[in-house]
Formats: sequence, C-alpha cells, structure tokens
Amino acid sequence: MEILMAFIIGILFTCATYLMLSKSILRIIIGTGLLSHGAHLLILTMGGLKRGAVPLLGEHAKSYVDPLPQALILTSIVISFGVTSYFLVLAYRAYQELGTDNMDLLRGSESNE
Amino acid sequence: MNSHNIVLFPVLLPLLTGILLLFFRNVKVQRMLSVISFAIGIGISLYLIQQVAESGMLTLDVSNWKAPFGITIAADMLSSLLVLTTNIIAYCVSIYSTKSIGLEREKFYYYAVFHFLIVGVNGAFLTGDIFNLFVFFEVMLMASYVLLVLGGTKVQLRETLKYILVNVISSAIFVIAVAYLYSIVGTLNMAHIASRVAESGQPGILTVIAVLLMIVFGLKGAVFPLFFWLPGSYYAAPAPVLALFGALLTKVGIYSIFRTYTLIFTHDVSYTHAFLGAIGLLSIVVGVIGAIAYWDIKKIIIYNIVIAVGVIVFGISLNNDAGTMGALLYLVHDMIIKAALFLLVGIMAKITGTNDLREMGGLIKAYPWVGWTFFLAAISLAGIPPLSGFPGKLLIIQGSIEAKAYIGTFIVIASSLFVLYSVMKIFIHGFWGTPKKAFEMPARSLYSMAGPAMVLVAVSLAIGSGLEGIFPYLSQATETLMNPDLYINAVLKE
Repeated sequence: MEILMAFIIGILFTCATYLMLSKSILRIIIGTGLLSHGAHLLILTMGGLKRGAVPLLGEHAKSYVDPLPQALILTSIVISFGVTSYFLVLAYRAYQELGTDNMDLLRGSESNE
Repeated sequence: MNSHNIVLFPVLLPLLTGILLLFFRNVKVQRMLSVISFAIGIGISLYLIQQVAESGMLTLDVSNWKAPFGITIAADMLSSLLVLTTNIIAYCVSIYSTKSIGLEREKFYYYAVFHFLIVGVNGAFLTGDIFNLFVFFEVMLMASYVLLVLGGTKVQLRETLKYILVNVISSAIFVIAVAYLYSIVGTLNMAHIASRVAESGQPGILTVIAVLLMIVFGLKGAVFPLFFWLPGSYYAAPAPVLALFGALLTKVGIYSIFRTYTLIFTHDVSYTHAFLGAIGLLSIVVGVIGAIAYWDIKKIIIYNIVIAVGVIVFGISLNNDAGTMGALLYLVHDMIIKAALFLLVGIMAKITGTNDLREMGGLIKAYPWVGWTFFLAAISLAGIPPLSGFPGKLLIIQGSIEAKAYIGTFIVIASSLFVLYSVMKIFIHGFWGTPKKAFEMPARSLYSMAGPAMVLVAVSLAIGSGLEGIFPYLSQATETLMNPDLYINAVLKE
C-alpha cells in the first residue's frame, strides 16, 4: 500500500513541478495546491498505513493508527489554506494593478523598479 | 509559578501586544505600545540570558507533558543571545518606523503584523520541536508576506508574488523532510531526534534528509544556489521592513542550519559539512560579485546579506570550537549591523529621493552624524578591529586554519576587502563630493530616524570593544553547540 501511495505522491509532485514552471499565475497556484496535497499525503504515508482503528479511545480496539501524523497534517492543511487564500487574493490584486497574469511580463529590471 | 516559564515570555509578549494592537485604530497609541513592548522585551531577554548563564540551559515542557511527548521550549545560550539581538533590532526598527513608514501603512495594522513577525522569529529561536519550528517559520513568513505587500505599489505586488511562491515551495519541502525524518526516527522533539540519530549512527538515508533540510533552510537563509529570490524581493520592501527582513529572516534559516548540524546530524560530518562549506564559500563569491556590481545603495547591502550568510555557513561547516564561536559571534554582529545599514541607507534614500549612487553626493556637509554613523557601520561590516565584525571573522579564520581549509581562509579574508570596497563606495559617492541637488529634511524626524541606527552601531561598538565581558556567554553557547549531549540531557532529563 505504501508503494502505491509513493507512486501517487510522486505523480502529484511531478504535476506540481510542471505547473509551477508555467507562465500563468493561476496555473502556478494550482501547482502549489497539488504540492501541498502531495506533502500531506506523504506525511500520512510515512507515518505508516498499517491497519488499526481510528484514533478514538471509545473504539476499544487492540491497535490504533498513529494519531500524530494526522495532527501534523491538520496543522499543515490550515496553514496552507491560509497561505493559498492570501496568494489567490494577491494574484487578484496583482491582476487588477498590473493587468497581466503572465510571469514573463512581471520581470523586474532597472527601468520598471 | 514555575520559574522556567520565563522561557516563553519572549514569544508571549509580542503575541499579546500584537493582538492588543489589532483593537486600536489610534496610530499614536499603536506606536507607543509597540515601542514600550519591545523595550520590555529587551528586559525580559536580558533576564533570560542571566538565568541561562546562572543555571545552564532552561527548558519548559508545555502543559507538563514529559519531554519527547509534548512540545518543549528550550533556551540555550545561543537562542537567548539571538532573542536579545532580535528584541534590540525590533526596538530600534519600531522607533524608526514611527517616522518613516507613513500613516497609510500604520493605519493598516503595520505594528500588529510587526509584532507577529517577532513572535515567529523568537519562537523559531526558542522551540525544541521540529514541527513547532515549521509552525513558527510559517508565523514569521505569513507576517513577512503582509509586511512586504503592505502599501500595495506595483513593484511590491510583483515581488511578493515571487516571494510567496518560493516560500510556499520551501515550506512544502520542509513538511516533506519532517515526514521522512518522522518515518525513520519516529519522533519530532529535536533532542529526542538527536539521540535516536546517535543510536542509529546516521546511515545514508539520514544524510539524505540532512541535505533536504539544508535545501529548506538554505532557501530561507539564501545560500548560494538558493539565494536567487532574495535581491528582487527584498528590494521591494520599504526601509524599516527591509531592515527587519535583512536582519532577522535569513538569520532564522542560518540558526536552523546551526541547530540541525550541531545537534542532530553530527555523526557523518565528512559529507554534510564539506557540502556546507562549499555552498558557504560559493555564496561569498556570488555575494561579492553582486555587491561590487551595483550602483544602487539598497542592492549593495542586499548582496552583503548573501556574503554574510556565506561566512556564517562556512564557520558552521568547520565544526571546531573556534569556527563555531566565530560563526555565532558573526551571526549576532551581522544581525545588528545589517539592520543599522539598512536603516541608514533608508535615511539616505529619504533625503535624496533616489537609490542611485550616481545621483547622490555631498551629504556629509548637511548630515555629518548620519555620515559618520554610516562610516562606523561600514567598517564594522568589513571587520575593522574596534568594532564587532572583527572578532567573529578572526575566530572563523582561526577555525578554518585549524581545519586546514586554506581556500576558505583566503576567500573569507579576500571577501572582507570587497565588502569594504562595496560599502566605502556608498560612503565616498554618497557622502563626499558636491551635492547634485538640494536636499531637505526636517531635523526632528531625522533624529528619530538616525537615532535607532546610532544605537545599533553603538551596540556593535560595545560588542567589539567589550568582548571580554560577553566572552563567558559565547563560550557557554559554544560548549552547548559542540556537545549535543548537554542539550539532549537538558531536554530529556535522563
């Protein structure tokens, strides 16, 4: 199961890298979304996918899945939510002010600092 | 009350002040509160240093969960010194901001975000848990995104887009590195990670993670192949924000390299530390090229950040007493002097209305205090003896000769010459000669802008001339760094 997940995460990282190397800001933001998906799935996978009950003590099971990676993912998810929403609003503002979403046209040079 | 709670105060104080500042629309109250809060912060961190000096490393298990299971806040001498430096810089920059940042920005929660940035920086210095370090990094970065874009000019919008993208990627790599590390050692507490790595003798996979973490912290700290985002992004920020970024943000990355490579990955140093040394030296070379190439005062100092980062990373990579102590001293010196230089450069730009050296000149007649303060800051940056840049570099050079890294010795010494050239270029073209046009600046606001820079230069002078006074603190910090067992035992209380 971990091997399958590793392949899926690898594909997510590939797509994210490809998208983040493109010119349009929106494609880049979609790329960051895929990257954080990959990273979160990676935490889950690296924490171990052995079978066990959900981490609720009311289950009275013999073994539980590791609760720590789940807490880490939850933290990481809200952080990347915050950053992504900020990034999206910034892209919107930049589009309003600068009139383009092409990263090539957003170069900094002496003439337009 | 548990006396160890003092360890958390440098994080809690700016956090509470920042929250409080959200409720005040009155700019005068905001200014007063933030300056007072940072002044109290200096007091607290002095007390913290004194406590650490008296009773060794202080640790606090949050909510009384025993060490590897809860989050531990751990203050050794290195962290305490950096927290003090951070508070001094924040205090000076907040005074400078009151006159320079402008009412438009101050109204929109500038000081609150400023405080949240300091929360992130102090937290990152003090935490003893690697995922908590990630969270404090994010606190710091989120605040820095806001500070960078606040004001919303075109160049700020454009550069913030790039800055966020780079940091989102490096944060994702940080999460990935933590996931790998967790799957191997099964813990997140840094001391516990270090002891487990020691038990396993650092097999190849841990070296891979060490390099992955180096990429993460290298992106934050702007070392050689990963510094590309820094010149453009920092250029967009207004002067006080730039002083904060230049003094604090990259240095948190450097501190993390310090921590990981002196505490955790110390068992297979031939590969990782040689790698660190190489990228450190390459950053010096690239930084020097940038610093002497530009005629723009901001750009010159920005490339000097890359040089300093390179020197510190090279000092860490030497892995001996002199190199480590030198890197530590140089880190503290560079935080202070970079803040001072950015503040002074900001004053120059404000007086002349341009960043271009070729359009300046003759400032020394009208503004002698600014000029000589800049002169002192410049020679301190280059490492002239009575000032604080000298002992750090001297120790790094001594360490590199001990480690027989002669190429590194040569590059570090030669870089000082180019650093001196680059800042003297600003001094000669900016302050000497004849004025190109008439400048005007009200004397009152000049004093409250130049004052903080003078305080920072005075601190640099005090460090340089009063080295014997602070030497016991430095050697205590070095001792903890060179003997990871001290840290591990203090946290895990075996």
